[in-house]
Amino acid sequence: MKRNTDFSELARHSGEWLRGTGPESDIVISSRIRLARNLADFPFIRRCSDEDRISIERTVRARMEAIEGWQDIRYVDIEQLSEIDRQFLVERQLISREIADADGSRAVAIDPNEQYSVMINEEDHLRIQVMHSGLDLSSAWDRINALDDQLEGTILYAYSQKYGYLTACPTNVGSGLRVSVMLHLPALVITQQIEKVFRSMQRINVTVRGLYGEGSQYTGDFYQVSNQITLGHSETDLVALVGENVVPRIIEYERKARDFLVSQGEKDLHDDVSRALGILSTAKKISSEETMHYLSKVRMGVNLGLINDVAVGTINKLFIHTQPAHLQKLHGRLLGSSDRNVERATYLQRHLAGPVGNGELN
Amino acid sequence: MKCQYCEKPATFHITELTEPSGPQVMHLCEEHARGFLQKDNASPAVSVAGALAKQLNLGQTKKELAELDQKECPVCGISFFEFRSTGRLGCPYDYTHFEADLEPLLINIHDSLEHCGKRPRRAAASADSQATMIQLRREMEEAIEREDYERASEIRDELRKIEDAGTRPVDSDKSDSSASASGDESK
Repeated sequence: MKRNTDFSELARHSGEWLRGTGPESDIVISSRIRLARNLADFPFIRRCSDEDRISIERTVRARMEAIEGWQDIRYVDIEQLSEIDRQFLVERQLISREIADADGSRAVAIDPNEQYSVMINEEDHLRIQVMHSGLDLSSAWDRINALDDQLEGTILYAYSQKYGYLTACPTNVGSGLRVSVMLHLPALVITQQIEKVFRSMQRINVTVRGLYGEGSQYTGDFYQVSNQITLGHSETDLVALVGENVVPRIIEYERKARDFLVSQGEKDLHDDVSRALGILSTAKKISSEETMHYLSKVRMGVNLGLINDVAVGTINKLFIHTQPAHLQKLHGRLLGSSDRNVERATYLQRHLAGPVGNGELN
Repeated sequence: MKCQYCEKPATFHITELTEPSGPQVMHLCEEHARGFLQKDNASPAVSVAGALAKQLNLGQTKKELAELDQKECPVCGISFFEFRSTGRLGCPYDYTHFEADLEPLLINIHDSLEHCGKRPRRAAASADSQATMIQLRREMEEAIEREDYERASEIRDELRKIEDAGTRPVDSDKSDSSASASGDESK
């Protein structure tokens, strides 16, 4: 593993999960699976002393370093990072807000393609996550299962025959597995059917949250669907619940809603998404919320074939690259809110005005 | 502490974990807690605190509740009050020590009490051995602090021995006592 906290290269590119490809990628942004694990010989984080946390971080790091094939993994000591770099990793979805805001020794191991990360000393000692582009949960499960096997070969986990993997919060005990699929559902929002869909979700043990999960608002018509229960069902059953039972139904509803919008007035819809692209590509200053709102419209326009010269991957990346910490990393210095609005508009213009669509950002 | 909605004493301290703005701590009297929990069905996600308070049986006497709140884990020292205020446990042994109080909560959240998914290739022999490991580690840290390196190294060897004993496949022994050691106050 390499200790590396220079994110400038990372900021210029994007993770594999944002490339806008994979099954159902017109509606499904990404598939994420995370596993919660704890070491058998330490208390859970809440009852850990500062020394315990240091000891957990050192133990896990040393054991990860011994794993074959982990040489290219970037290892980041979160405690040493500036506020802006922590926020950058949150926007990138490589760490949680909880670990960014926590105190004491904590770290994250990130693979070069940003497909997986392992957080150390989050709510649980280990939080392993894998992200793939599009609806691709079975590959994500295969990958995270293999990572977990590698780690459990060297780390003795807190485990009970009866309750499975023991976690700090009883909502994660058992498999410790959370499957989350990020969906873009603008047509269900416009046709005001989204509430109805969510209500039906509550009855089948799934949770719906906004773009950044806990602590976020529902912005840009993005919703995250996750399993609610973790005990009493195998990991593959939980993956199937979300990936085969729930998400395909929501996709079907969203497609029907999009068809309805087109049938109700294609010209109006075309005008609406084109205006959104017009604002994004010509504005001189623009807020984060406004950007999310219009990018969401443009993304739907691209997927419905109403906008032809922008790639979905480009839109996906712009959602992340126009966030505050990304803008500041790309600009190379700290910016206040109004300067960020100018920088955001300049950045959007650079990538949306004129002949675009190759999906490359720089 | 008074209920946040009236002058009565707050006997329920609920941490709502599902609010988008982060954990919300609520201090409620019995009556307001009942009202709050009835509304809980509207919440899109499972609430640990809500589920917990439901299982605590709202008819429970203050004395019974106070006794349960004072119950402490012999390994990590967390009290049941601290757990139900924060929704977070203190160590793996809590699942054994508070088993009787946690099981209705687990049923409420997961509708199940038995893990049936992946099993690690190796695991500590029992809940007791995990508890011993945590206690030994603490003793080792104390020994290092008082510069008793001989004792620290003895403990390190002992820890390694327990960890090595955990290299057996977990399926080869179904007699795990993590659930059966409930109420063992000797630790």
